[in-house]
Amino acid sequence: MIFSFDIIILIFLVIAAVISLSVKDLLSASMIFGIYGFLICLLWAEMGAVDVAFTEAAVGAGVSAVLLIATVFNTKRRSSD
Amino acid sequence: MSEFFEQTIQPHFNFWIYVILMMLGLWAVIAKKNMIKKLIGLSIFQTAIILFYVSIGVKEDATIPILDHHGPEHHEVVHENGEHIEDAETSAHPEEVHEKKGDHSHGDDHGHDDHATDPDTMANPLPHVLMLTAIVVGVATLGVALAICQMLFKEFGTLEEDEILAELKDSASDD
Repeated sequence: MIFSFDIIILIFLVIAAVISLSVKDLLSASMIFGIYGFLICLLWAEMGAVDVAFTEAAVGAGVSAVLLIATVFNTKRRSSD
Repeated sequence: MSEFFEQTIQPHFNFWIYVILMMLGLWAVIAKKNMIKKLIGLSIFQTAIILFYVSIGVKEDATIPILDHHGPEHHEVVHENGEHIEDAETSAHPEEVHEKKGDHSHGDDHGHDDHATDPDTMANPLPHVLMLTAIVVGVATLGVALAICQMLFKEFGTLEEDEILAELKDSASDD
């Protein structure tokens, strides 16, 4: 584990989570949640959990972002909060 | 302040972020009114818990937990043995080399010393394996939850929790 790398990714992680929860456009929220997924995938790889990183990149970042975007296109794009 | 950072924050930085992310997710699940926002919060909560478990397995100066039986280290050992025997320059040694090679191909007795791996040089893989299942299950539950959201939208025409509750109250008072 490289501490300086670790600290940068973790700070970006919190920023991505806050932005994803605070934007009112649900499509942007889904995309930023995808960014969050790839950041956390980078974090797993950096912490030595390569198997978890593979799974997170394929399943967590890829599939869950696609599912969210598909749901947003089938429903409403605006959110009240 | 810097002492506080070095002693309290820095050694447990992953755990501080894990708590922050978990509380962000919990706040989103409780306080956000939009169902999709609630689900994003739920996913953030889940990754925070996975972050906690993976952080347990981290060791200082440890690499990825993959054993390399035919890696450069093993060849280096064989090469060293050969050089050592060549230096000795005795007629009996070629046979010894042959015997040793035979032993190597059988692989019976050399395994303990050559392949003994120091677990301190690798991250603990047990939490990784457990969390692999958690990620897959989490995406499956997210998919089901989003499908339920689409059904809710077909039924009520909105994804806002308060509007759905108001509509439910209206239909209940009509009955």
